[in-house]
Amino acid sequence: MIKDQEYLKKIADICLSKSKKLGSSDANILVQSSVSENVNVRNKKLDGSERSENLGVVLTTYLGKKKSSIASSNLKEKNLDELVNRCIETMKITPEDEYNSLPDKDLHFKGLKDLDLYDETHLSNEDKINYIKEAEEEAFSNDKIINTNGSGFGENKSNFLLANSNGFADGYKTSQFTAYCEVVSKSNGSMERDYEYTSKRFYSDILKPKQLGSIAAEHAVKKLNPKKIKSEKISLIFDKRISKNFLSIFASAISSSAIAKGTTFLKDKLNQQVFNSEINILDHGNIRKANGSRYFDSEGIAVVNLDLIKNGILQDYLIDTYNGKKINRKSNGRASGTTNLYFQNGSKTFEDLVKSENKILYIKETIGHGTNIINGDYSVGASGMMIENGEFSYPVSEITIAGNLNNIFKNITLADDLEFNYATNSPTMMVEGMVVGGK
Amino acid sequence: MSSLLKNSELISEKADSIVSETLNNCDDGELYIEDTKSETIVLDDNKIKSSNYTSDLGYGFRAVTGDTVAYSHSNEISEKSLKNSSENLKSTLKNNSGTYNSEIKKTNQKLYKDVDPIESKSMKSKIELLNNMNEYARSKDSSVKQVTASLLAEKKNIEIFRSGGELLSDNRPLVRINMSVMVEKNGRKETGVFGIGGRQDYDEYLKNDNWKKVCDEAFRIASTNIESKPSLAGEMKVVLGPGWPAILIHEAVGHGLEGDFNRKKTSAFHDLVGKKVASDGVTIIDDGTLDNRRGSLNIDDEGTPTERTVLIENGILKNFMQDRLNARLMNTKSTGNGRRESYKHVVMPRMRNTIMLGGSNTQEEMIKSVDKGIFAVSFGGGQVDITSGKFVFNCTEAYEIINGKIGSPIKGATLIGDGPSSLKEILMVGNDMMLDPGIGTCGKAGQGVPVGVGQPSLLINNMTVGGTQL
Repeated sequence: MIKDQEYLKKIADICLSKSKKLGSSDANILVQSSVSENVNVRNKKLDGSERSENLGVVLTTYLGKKKSSIASSNLKEKNLDELVNRCIETMKITPEDEYNSLPDKDLHFKGLKDLDLYDETHLSNEDKINYIKEAEEEAFSNDKIINTNGSGFGENKSNFLLANSNGFADGYKTSQFTAYCEVVSKSNGSMERDYEYTSKRFYSDILKPKQLGSIAAEHAVKKLNPKKIKSEKISLIFDKRISKNFLSIFASAISSSAIAKGTTFLKDKLNQQVFNSEINILDHGNIRKANGSRYFDSEGIAVVNLDLIKNGILQDYLIDTYNGKKINRKSNGRASGTTNLYFQNGSKTFEDLVKSENKILYIKETIGHGTNIINGDYSVGASGMMIENGEFSYPVSEITIAGNLNNIFKNITLADDLEFNYATNSPTMMVEGMVVGGK
Repeated sequence: MSSLLKNSELISEKADSIVSETLNNCDDGELYIEDTKSETIVLDDNKIKSSNYTSDLGYGFRAVTGDTVAYSHSNEISEKSLKNSSENLKSTLKNNSGTYNSEIKKTNQKLYKDVDPIESKSMKSKIELLNNMNEYARSKDSSVKQVTASLLAEKKNIEIFRSGGELLSDNRPLVRINMSVMVEKNGRKETGVFGIGGRQDYDEYLKNDNWKKVCDEAFRIASTNIESKPSLAGEMKVVLGPGWPAILIHEAVGHGLEGDFNRKKTSAFHDLVGKKVASDGVTIIDDGTLDNRRGSLNIDDEGTPTERTVLIENGILKNFMQDRLNARLMNTKSTGNGRRESYKHVVMPRMRNTIMLGGSNTQEEMIKSVDKGIFAVSFGGGQVDITSGKFVFNCTEAYEIINGKIGSPIKGATLIGDGPSSLKEILMVGNDMMLDPGIGTCGKAGQGVPVGVGQPSLLINNMTVGGTQL
């Protein structure tokens, strides 16, 4: 069972009072409790089951402008004593940093907690196994599916309390139900794997097992017997599961830490055209039941809705207290990053995009870590499908795609098929004129 | 006697009896207890940005029968908690029954000293070191605009309780010193990153002002990249430098030779044992027994002593890397590759130090032989799709080769290839085998473990280079 707020509060109080007694001027503490249960099946048979219980604290102490942190999962009184002591001793000899401080009291979250982020539903292991077996059975009903890499179902419940010496103390429970199915297809000596994945706060919102299995199978079969294509400049359409990655890259490029250090290609771009004028990007933390929703960030600051890009123009950064001070901005509650980050729907349909040119490469998967947010260079391995005259014709693999994000961002056309499946969501996206490296 | 249970509510004898009783009707399993202390100190933007100390203690209790694994972990070390876990394991495996395999090799292997790198250097001197690194790197040139330096140290003590009262233990130190330099010139920004580390005290890595070399190298890479031009796209010959570029071996073949993917027949290599998978002269080993190396372990996380495992010998596929579960199901023995990130994670076959042995060619003759290609000296991250065998990695330092000569540096190139076929494309194996500087972390199924790699210079006939120039 996850611990209740009362239990977490007790630990938080012990740590806060210990650090005060030992000489800290301020302190911030996070106490977290979680229980997760996962089952895995492979070839429709139970492969493993895992139960984990976690309880831990993260304490940050301040002495004026000096700061130090400790974290521990060993909450025995004696161990906590030693750790708080250590934290304080380290803090005392750490150099001052003028930007260190607790967050602005006035920005603390004080509102109602009414976003429905916790589903009490508990599935027995039996039920979890049945769900995921049904998904695999559905995948295997496709005769080109010959194996699985394993499929799984997980249920995670957690509770936390965040408190600081300025009087903030709040926390709440969240839940997450996750299922994935990863299958292997084979035909004419070609072997490919692909997956489908669903993760929601409420059990009733995740994909039904048959959908999960059949989508995974369809993905894996479509990849069979791929060709490698010639190097060329060509327009690309990014499947929704890939297009959302560009939002994550965008988010890391406008984090106040990167902006303050100057280590991003979007430095000094506030109020300037970063995307073309059709593009709007929002980060809204108050969507009911949504994966990315939260009331406050890891500093206790209320999350406000941000319209980051309006008609292609950069309106805001993602700001926390420390880095905000460096760039003379108040925190907007983004110490834990983005919330529900998404592109607003475009005006084209998926069909419009597919039929817009004679030859388009549809990207379904990228591999590698080829994004450089300092200069915007982007280069990754990829696989997908060739679209010829509006029809999906053959799978393509072992190619690379490359460009610079400054140009990519300005050449995006979005479809109107946005769905809220993850915390970061994008409609299908087309980008003109990227370079494919192939034969 | 257990030393990790010394101050806990759970007495050793009780733990033993719960373990034996739970695993009685299982094929395998163990209670794994881990006490990890770690410390990270980061200097960023001219300031000590953070000093974090983490103390983590917990257990992972595993029962295995057939190919089913039941796992339960907790950071509450008590009889009550362990009994709960035991019930949990039994209920998962209630329809299975097995015979416990108590055989496990013994070892006195001592590949690293039982030191505590966090305590053996004072906080004051660690902060001083970071400040020195920052000042030194910034003093190198006015183009240096940003410096991030960090020190990471860890001491992980583990104990493994097996059924029947057997207790195995290992105490593992690990340190890493990292440097990242950003250079700005003519409106362009580039970074250079370098680091060193292994299983010894910090001071072993700081002799002879070695930290200056770390800064020099990060600065050199950043300065090289600031002069770089866009990379060509297409198929061409590739010369790989020695040492760290061996992450190509790690991605291209290493993962595909891990026992689990082969037992499950999802690896592109699963039916290729005894067959030719690489050019003549290519021998690849996975070695857990090198002194003080980042990927070395006295025993793996199941208690099996590590060894030097020959994976590919003179081009022929010889062995997979095994943990106990996959070895049993494939009728072979564990090679000591059973590893986990922490007590919160299940064991899987993982690499240790994966190395291609040296050959007879010189790097010079490789470069001379190339009309048009690239010379890749250092890489960032890599990734592989085990099933299709396709792998990629990103060059962080590379040059074009034109008519047998090294040309301009090129930026941000991605290399993509096919694991089973790329090793057959190796044309020359260098005589300059080198190990990496001790910075690698391998990710698999969400678990990160420290690893090492090594290789000589290599000439590969044909790889696809991703770039923006046609």
